[in-house]
Amino acid sequence: MLQLIARRILETIPVLVLVATITFFMMKAVPGGPLDTEKNIPQEIKVQIEAFYGLDQPLWKQYASYMGNLLRGDLGPSFKHANRSVNELIAAALPVSLELGGLALCIALLVGIPLGIAAAVRQNTWIDYLASTTAMAGICLPTFVMGPLLVLVFALHFEQFNASGWDFARDRVLPALTLGLVYAGYIARLTRGGMLEVLNQDFIRTARAKGASEIRVVFRHALRGGLLPVVSFLGPGIAGILTGSFVIETIFNIPGLGRHFVTSVFNRDATLTIGTALFYAALVVALNLAADIAQAMLNPKQRAN
Amino acid sequence: MRYKTNRCSIRVLAFAALAGLALVAGCSKPPTRVGEGDRLQILHRGSSSDPQELDPHIVQGVPEHNILQALIENLVTEDPTDLRPVPGQAERWDISPDGTTYTFHLRAGIRWSNGDPVTAHDFVRSYRRALTPSLGCEYAYMYFVMKGAEDYYKGKTQDFSSVGAQALDERTLRITLNGPVPYFLSLLNHYSWWPVHLPTIARYGDPYQRNNRWTRPGNFVGNGPFVLARWDVGHVIVVKKNPLYWNAASVKLNEIHFHPIESADTEERSFRSGQLHVTEQVPQSKISVYRRDSPQLLRIDPYLGAYFYRINTTRPQFRDKRVRQALAMAIDRKTIVENITRGGQLPAYYFTPPDTVGYTSRSAIRYDPEGARQLLARAGYPGGKGFPPFDILYNTSESHKSIAEAIQQMWKRELGIDVRLLNQEWKVYLDTEKRKDYDVSRAGWIGDYADPSTFLETFLADSGNNRTGWANAEYDRLLKEASRLGDRQTRYELFQKAEAIFLDEMPVIPIYHYTRVYLLRPEVRGWNATILDHHPYPYVWLAPRPETSLATASAAAQRP
Repeated sequence: MLQLIARRILETIPVLVLVATITFFMMKAVPGGPLDTEKNIPQEIKVQIEAFYGLDQPLWKQYASYMGNLLRGDLGPSFKHANRSVNELIAAALPVSLELGGLALCIALLVGIPLGIAAAVRQNTWIDYLASTTAMAGICLPTFVMGPLLVLVFALHFEQFNASGWDFARDRVLPALTLGLVYAGYIARLTRGGMLEVLNQDFIRTARAKGASEIRVVFRHALRGGLLPVVSFLGPGIAGILTGSFVIETIFNIPGLGRHFVTSVFNRDATLTIGTALFYAALVVALNLAADIAQAMLNPKQRAN
Repeated sequence: MRYKTNRCSIRVLAFAALAGLALVAGCSKPPTRVGEGDRLQILHRGSSSDPQELDPHIVQGVPEHNILQALIENLVTEDPTDLRPVPGQAERWDISPDGTTYTFHLRAGIRWSNGDPVTAHDFVRSYRRALTPSLGCEYAYMYFVMKGAEDYYKGKTQDFSSVGAQALDERTLRITLNGPVPYFLSLLNHYSWWPVHLPTIARYGDPYQRNNRWTRPGNFVGNGPFVLARWDVGHVIVVKKNPLYWNAASVKLNEIHFHPIESADTEERSFRSGQLHVTEQVPQSKISVYRRDSPQLLRIDPYLGAYFYRINTTRPQFRDKRVRQALAMAIDRKTIVENITRGGQLPAYYFTPPDTVGYTSRSAIRYDPEGARQLLARAGYPGGKGFPPFDILYNTSESHKSIAEAIQQMWKRELGIDVRLLNQEWKVYLDTEKRKDYDVSRAGWIGDYADPSTFLETFLADSGNNRTGWANAEYDRLLKEASRLGDRQTRYELFQKAEAIFLDEMPVIPIYHYTRVYLLRPEVRGWNATILDHHPYPYVWLAPRPETSLATASAAAQRP
């Protein structure tokens, strides 16, 4: 197991170097620069600012300098947020994204797993149909529809929540629900599929023949195996919850990382784009590794391999 | 057994649903941010984006101005109703008879927010900083009206004493200009001219370089009515009343919270849920709804800006001015402002907005499709035959797209010309326009200060903002002459002649003059309509809110 972890961590390094390199050159290749504004900046002033950021250097020098700083853990200064470093911006936004993602994940699991179990246990009954339809609705309804809809009902009609912001505990409810319900849909469907497969296996029939109660059969014997598809989904799923929150962050005006990830591209804030891309790449790799480890722990067959 | 379980599940589900609804409907409503703000004199203002910086010598945007206006005060400030320059840090000033020398007398006892006295030397040091090339002050050219400023900036001299800014003593500052600049006092209200506390900047790094941490909360030292208390990127900027401000007794607001909200829809919903007193924008689809149902919340103020189309006059088909005139005359601007923009914008028949400090162009374009057809025919394209199809370039925006589609139809219908629409992302669009790799391109121009020259000088041959390839020696001569004159009437006559040439040559097609469309709660007082959308905060306060306003706002905006 330790060998597996060590190997996977080592594999991460070239992946991150590749992500940094590709993002760096893509940002340089795209038309328009961070200093382009509607009002013209006189050439002599532009030269000064470019010199300050090292943009006057040949591309290979800029790349070498960036990678050198990266080795020291310095992601460079942001162009748009003129007196902040990318490290600072990520450090400030990350807790917000983690909190939003964590809450959404709790909602997704708490809603999705019971829904999936109920659907599997009562297969082809109205409970199954209701659960599956709800899950499908969660998946199909885009967040930019679900978000404003929840705001309309709970913030503007019942006036129980703020329409946007991240100031009070209650400000977390609507965004976490919006994001969580989408993933709850996926989790419910995966749980249902996994559970149905396990419930039809011989050892379940044996357990029932031995007189085990339905609750014991479902939660003690079937659930462990039935959740395997959910566990493998959670690796990229959590990364998706954290990276995919751009729309939610915009709808609810949340100061998270997702907005930096997207708006930095529009602002041609290359250092912030590369920094957030790298961060997300590392996150995806780490979460996939964690999912693999968790799956190995849950599945004796895989552990043996 | 299964039947029993199902009935039980139905009951549980129904109970849970009812309990959930009862919980939501029955809970007492939490206090709104606006309600708290009214009680504590805290203004919540929406801002379209995060400030890039809060250093007045580095920033270049409107959101930055709105915040800096609370933190720093210059020699003069603005009258809240008409933005006329009124005493700020200077209690009075003398202007030499030839209009080239301004002597400012600072108030006694004025202080920076750290307690240091504000002196005339602070202003001189600030000007020197802004003009030091290594800082890269993007608005350094604003100083070029001052004697010697351009030479110092361009490195022709290293001696700052040759620049026309002198501290005669602690409280007397003399500024010498290259010539009379009648709008000089208004120019001082542009943030590039605002003073900074150099010892503070030096404490956090090189004052003549960027990336200095002096503008962080706790570090920031200003001399304005408020001090910076909090700055969370993408979340909120909080300024609190400065007890050391010379006129603190008359400042009624205790705090201002600036909320950067990029999405107009999100901002409007925040306004409706009682989180903002004033928004930066209104979604276009909501304007008519507010206009119909809650006009008391909708504000449409004149704004010193023009929306127009640049024509690339270097392209062969646009070299003939009759073609450009025909294109301009075939546009029905009234239809555009009434059916597309719908925010009270004024159809633009000339470039400089009407009544810009008393100036309104006497020359004008007219909407005359028949005349346009004749002009096009005389240019060799009767009925549009043979006219090469071209692109209208615009940056991604529903509004720009709708306007471009309308104009595309008008040109096809009236002139028989085929036009394609070319949409590009903002930075790509800027790059394309600056390289002059376009045919016709949408553009906007907002005045930096209140004077017609801020519009007309944009199209001087050597202006980096021209981007049309058009140049006219007589136009340049008239504007250069006007820049040396002090008499308003004579200047305005020269502007009239210049604008007449401009409209005859038609390197750009004016479409409409902007308005500022935003939402404002009725309890906000002292918030006047001004052409630069400036609202000096010492004059703003919050009066108790009429109980009906929030409900009315909600009801209004819930309609599609």
